[in-house]
Amino acid sequence: MGDRLETCFERLRTQGRSGLFPFVTAGDPDLGFTRELLPLMTEAGADGFEIGVPFSDPLADGPTIQRSSMRSLTGGTRLSGVLEMVGEVRADIPDTPLVLMTYYNPIIAMGLSEFVRGASQVGADAVIVPDLPPEEAGALLGIMKDYPLEPVFMLAPTSTQERIELVNDVGGGFIYYVGQMGVTGARDALDSDLGATLGRINRVKNRPVLVGFGIKTPEQAAEVAGYADGVIVGSALIDVMEAEASREDKMRAACDYIASLREGLDRSKTVS
Amino acid sequence: MSEMVSRGRFGRFGGRYVPETLMPALEELEVAYQEARSDPAYHEELAYYLREFVGRPTPLYLAERLSDHLGVLRVYLKREDLCHTGAHKINNTLGQVLLARRLGKTRIIAETGAGQHGVATATAAALFGLDCDIYMGEEDIGRQSLNVFRMRLLGARVIPVTSGSKTLKDATNETLRDWTASVRTTHYIIGSVVGPHPFPEMIRECQSVIGREARAQILEAEGRLPDACVACVGGGSNSIGLFHPFVNDEDVELIGVEAGGRGLDTEEHGASLTAGRVGVLHGCETFLLYDDDGQIIPAHSVSAGLDYPGVGPEHAHLKDSGRARYVTVEDHDALKAFQMLSVLEGIIPAFESAHAISWLDRLAGETREAGGMKTVVLCLSGRGDKDVHQAEGLLTEMLDDEEVR
Repeated sequence: MGDRLETCFERLRTQGRSGLFPFVTAGDPDLGFTRELLPLMTEAGADGFEIGVPFSDPLADGPTIQRSSMRSLTGGTRLSGVLEMVGEVRADIPDTPLVLMTYYNPIIAMGLSEFVRGASQVGADAVIVPDLPPEEAGALLGIMKDYPLEPVFMLAPTSTQERIELVNDVGGGFIYYVGQMGVTGARDALDSDLGATLGRINRVKNRPVLVGFGIKTPEQAAEVAGYADGVIVGSALIDVMEAEASREDKMRAACDYIASLREGLDRSKTVS
Repeated sequence: MSEMVSRGRFGRFGGRYVPETLMPALEELEVAYQEARSDPAYHEELAYYLREFVGRPTPLYLAERLSDHLGVLRVYLKREDLCHTGAHKINNTLGQVLLARRLGKTRIIAETGAGQHGVATATAAALFGLDCDIYMGEEDIGRQSLNVFRMRLLGARVIPVTSGSKTLKDATNETLRDWTASVRTTHYIIGSVVGPHPFPEMIRECQSVIGREARAQILEAEGRLPDACVACVGGGSNSIGLFHPFVNDEDVELIGVEAGGRGLDTEEHGASLTAGRVGVLHGCETFLLYDDDGQIIPAHSVSAGLDYPGVGPEHAHLKDSGRARYVTVEDHDALKAFQMLSVLEGIIPAFESAHAISWLDRLAGETREAGGMKTVVLCLSGRGDKDVHQAEGLLTEMLDDEEVR
């Protein structure tokens, strides 16, 4: 496992805390904003980040991240620029795991080798490709194995036992559990089967499980954290920033929101 | 280690590039499809509806005045325009609705561009009393209001798609998004030979009825196979349906005609095979239109059915292996062919099919140069009624000019 991810999860375990991994679309509204935001959110209590590369056809994403991707693309964000930004922000948050999340076609356009080399050079720790299940990942995995870059795969409420084992076998870093059917987006209620499915995964897993998709409130985050090693919060975070007009207000609102999630997660662990 | 195999490849193309949520459904669908495929009862049921409901077999019609006009070609039209609902799309939607019933799914979803596939899906859903939701880009809803009404008349709900370019590719994204949430109760009927495995293969099997009939009919009429098969290619379902039964007949040339739009030197075309590069969209690896950053470029064609920035992976393989040839026809030439077939044969073709008709001019030129005669089977994939309104605006000027002359 990548050093930073391993160290991060080890620290969380020791402290008895749950991981908090915000998702942001790189370049929404511009890369300078993202570059500034990540260190601030680290201070507010984030343990690591998922950095989304905008794509024209994000088919696993709901309206919030679609809009966010569009804003970023309209602003001229390119994958090469995202990698550059990651390299810059790495200097400020040297120990924080940074996970790139991108659809497959931008990687193909850049070239698989160039992408993997570039991502590991700038200090990314892992890559998630939502439209690349393990069956199709042979080529990318073949290149990644020579680099300190972990392939993170997803599991979903529909995943069979065989698929749980497959993802557990071939993946690296952590397992990304899609906490609800459908696309990304904040929901008012969590999937009622969440505990049961995570139970199936927890019985076989040999790496941490983070749950994403649909988490909005500190209470939901705390509930999910009861079954997993941490949470990923994307759409709800972007919703919070969308509601503000100025850059300063967006950043402040994001940090306040992250702090509230942090508090919710930590409180639940203290109580239990 | 668990087994990790990419499935559903045509050469190096195809595959199954979808979010994890859909993987189990695709595995389930593949099993159900394989079972259906080897079950005579499924084939009998499908054959019954194709005959009694769709009106198959469709004629293979010798277009004599068109052939005379072209001089060196003997052109047979495979009349898919005579299918119920006016195009070949119903061959696929019926086959898939029967499959959905076997899977116990109670709801059908589909994407549509011009609305032809939406109408064919709504029709098949109505036939079996299944709930039906059709995703359609807001742009297309504006352009094709009559088809929107048809779908609603057939009991389907038409859901406007406002994301991205608000056309077919975005409607496809939205349908896939719906499916990731609803896959337990819902079957997705993709409209062309695209998408993740097993869709391209399954839809090709449904559409191959075109080529199987045409092959038998031309043997009956001419006592031999044709020299060439010609069909338009958007996603590529009517063309793969015609081509597939001829693939092993090496002397039969296969020619796919893509939308040249406003010209390949512009970004406004739909020629993913001719001018695109290999990438991944909507679940499969194939030729696509995208920029240097991998962002998909919206396609353009006067014909909404060819207005798609990708193409079926089997076509990608036929191109790569050299078995088929892919060419382009621009909007303007397609419109001229639309008019030509109407005047010469009393058949108003869909704009899509008009692209294939237009290529015959150039095929005649090649044939004349080589000094011979060719027998051609052309898939007339749909009728042009849906396009008449649009054509009125585009062609009136052209027709006026000719009357003056």
